[in-house]
Amino acid sequence: MATATLPAELAEATRDEQSLRRFLHGLPGVDHVGLEQRAASLATRSIKNTAKLWAIDAAIAMIDLTTLEGADTRGRVRALAAKARQPDPGYPDTPRVAAVCVYPDLVETATRALRGSGIEVASVATAFPSGRSGRDVKLAEVSLAVSCGATEVDMVIDRGAFLEGRYGAVFDEIVAVKAACGNARLKVILETGELGTYDNVRRASWLALLAGGDFVKTSTGKITPAATLPVTHVLLQAVRDFHEATGEQRGVKPAGGIRTTKEAIRYLVAVREVAGEGWLVPALFRFGASSLLNDLLLQRRTRLEGHYSSPDHLALD
Amino acid sequence: MSQWEYAPAPESAEIANLKQRYRPFIGGEFVDGSGEPIRTVNPATGEVLAEVGTASESDVDNAVRSARRAYERTWRKLPGAERAKYVFRIARLIQERARELAVLETLDNGKPISQSRDADVPGAAAHFFYHAGWADKLEYAGLGPDPRPLGVAGQVIPWNFPLLMLAWKVAPALATGNTVVLKPAETTPLSALVFAEICLQAELPDGVVNIVPGGDDVGAAVVAHPDVGKVAFTGSTEVGKRIQRSLAGTGKRLTLELGGKAANVVFDDAPLDQAVEGIVNGIFYNQGHVCCAGSRLLVQESIAEELLDRLRARIETLRLGDPLDKNTDIGAINSAEQLARINELVAAGEAEGARRWSSPCPLPERGFFFPPTVFSEVEQSMRIAREEIFGPVLSVLTFRTPTEAVAKANNTRYGLSAGIWTEKGSRILWLAQRMRAGVVWANTFNRFDPAAPFGGYRESGFGREGGRIGLEAYLHV
Repeated sequence: MATATLPAELAEATRDEQSLRRFLHGLPGVDHVGLEQRAASLATRSIKNTAKLWAIDAAIAMIDLTTLEGADTRGRVRALAAKARQPDPGYPDTPRVAAVCVYPDLVETATRALRGSGIEVASVATAFPSGRSGRDVKLAEVSLAVSCGATEVDMVIDRGAFLEGRYGAVFDEIVAVKAACGNARLKVILETGELGTYDNVRRASWLALLAGGDFVKTSTGKITPAATLPVTHVLLQAVRDFHEATGEQRGVKPAGGIRTTKEAIRYLVAVREVAGEGWLVPALFRFGASSLLNDLLLQRRTRLEGHYSSPDHLALD
Repeated sequence: MSQWEYAPAPESAEIANLKQRYRPFIGGEFVDGSGEPIRTVNPATGEVLAEVGTASESDVDNAVRSARRAYERTWRKLPGAERAKYVFRIARLIQERARELAVLETLDNGKPISQSRDADVPGAAAHFFYHAGWADKLEYAGLGPDPRPLGVAGQVIPWNFPLLMLAWKVAPALATGNTVVLKPAETTPLSALVFAEICLQAELPDGVVNIVPGGDDVGAAVVAHPDVGKVAFTGSTEVGKRIQRSLAGTGKRLTLELGGKAANVVFDDAPLDQAVEGIVNGIFYNQGHVCCAGSRLLVQESIAEELLDRLRARIETLRLGDPLDKNTDIGAINSAEQLARINELVAAGEAEGARRWSSPCPLPERGFFFPPTVFSEVEQSMRIAREEIFGPVLSVLTFRTPTEAVAKANNTRYGLSAGIWTEKGSRILWLAQRMRAGVVWANTFNRFDPAAPFGGYRESGFGREGGRIGLEAYLHV
């Protein structure tokens, strides 16, 4: 089950189920009181003026504009793609979002609508959101998404296997999905709201990174709590420590429940101060969100025009 | 694009309502003290903030007399519930004027506004609220059936937490029925004199609280006054010893809260990221001007290198500069004298062979600043491991076993606080029992609550402040 590129000690950790368990349980613990305190105190940074405008533009460029409803239609996806290409027609210099994220059967529509824009097409494959299906089915779904043009795949881990302590099974599945992705980037959704403890979140993050995940992602958005600041701190610490150990930079994606500019900026502060400034790029940090974009656009207009404008000045999609 | 600098976020200095002159507060009014006026300086800029009139020995005498009068005529006769009303009123007024007090404190002391705003001022209000609640319940505090006040409390407080230390002293004194003569520190008298305005606003009976600014001589006069029944002092061990000597045989009650050289012990199974935060908070909070600061880091050898790498990386993110900027983590050293003392001890550390690392953060051109500094390869015999530096300077020592950790942690003349970092609960209990320190924090540091008693062992002083047991220091029981 080993992957090729890891340094010797880490490759050793992935040799078999037992070494994996020993490694994951040997990671430093997380004291939840201290973690939450730190996240709360960092959230009080005061961001204004040029720094705020920079943050708004950065956040827009980091959005995976997402629609994941049973009621999704091709029309809805096309509308989202148009919004992704030009978030604010009143201000053509507004950055584009990073990606549009849809279910696998809509990837084709999204790919067509976004052709030539440079915007990535992401898809939630692997029996999203529960992950409850056979591996063949999950891999088939990944192949479907990739063959239809998805450049990014958001997979969910098997939380059941993780909570049972079958780390090897989770690891192998991520490795298999990564292989099925081909050139597409893999974001591994840990569904932190179901993992119960921050220690588990740290272990799951390392598991995903060791198995070759390009991003660790907090949530599907279908479970409460979804992304939180403390959980995102743990993910950022994991990619920072992984970089320390391997020299490789992997990304972090909080998803679900981030709706306002103020919240988004708190995440950016965490990125800057926990992982480091190097992570403040769309290649390494993403927001999984839909309604966040319009609040960012409103705040952007507010900064540029010096007054608030009506949400009706922006497209609803 | 990834160079993201936070824009300056300064709080307005106007909010402090600074006046050009401040005067001593005696017998319910501001009076011209007959001492030599002092100028109080903004340590972040070196500029004079205001002129402050000081008390002479005769002013101190007046203050103690009026405190005595207030004690005899009104304060001690009031039912507890009535006293509580005044103390509650003070607490609320502190909250109402919180922003003003926070800015004033930051201007006068140099501490970051985020700390004066989020810790000092709310903490001060909380102490008044907490003690107000006790004022009518003293018989039920478990200190005896009929606890009675001691009379006039002479109190001398330091410059590191001017308003908070005032609250720690004044709130229990008033709640238990004593009256007060308080001397604030020479370099930070302003918030105490605004507190005097709050006493007026609260319509506290004249003389119940008296504030006498000045230097050591004024403090000595307060302590020595024959009509003072209780002395409470927070400050240096050296002065504390002098006070104890001068009070010997007088029958006055005394509590001392003095220096410290706390050990922060990190085991190899500690929650590392939180331990790093705790170490940073333990030594760099309030520029290290904290008597219970975790100034000696004891790390298990097996993780020392990793922990130090993480610690240095974290310290580089600390923002040092204008204390009025809401994003500042480390503000100004309180005075030129204190900065000189830090420099002297740091030079001693280098001369003794410890390895110095200071954050590369830029220092402001004006004012008194010192970069967060870590000494590694420190040994128990070095001065920087034994003496209190009272600045943002951490000494790192290592240990191999829990027994060695206890031995090294206790190998100090102080004993105010300690920290333990481990995921193993049984080890926390084992170690906490063996630490000779007044407070032992587990997987956290520098946490305070009015209900939690605080105080020291050995040269860190005696007596407890806060909590039920803290009331005892102000009562005949």
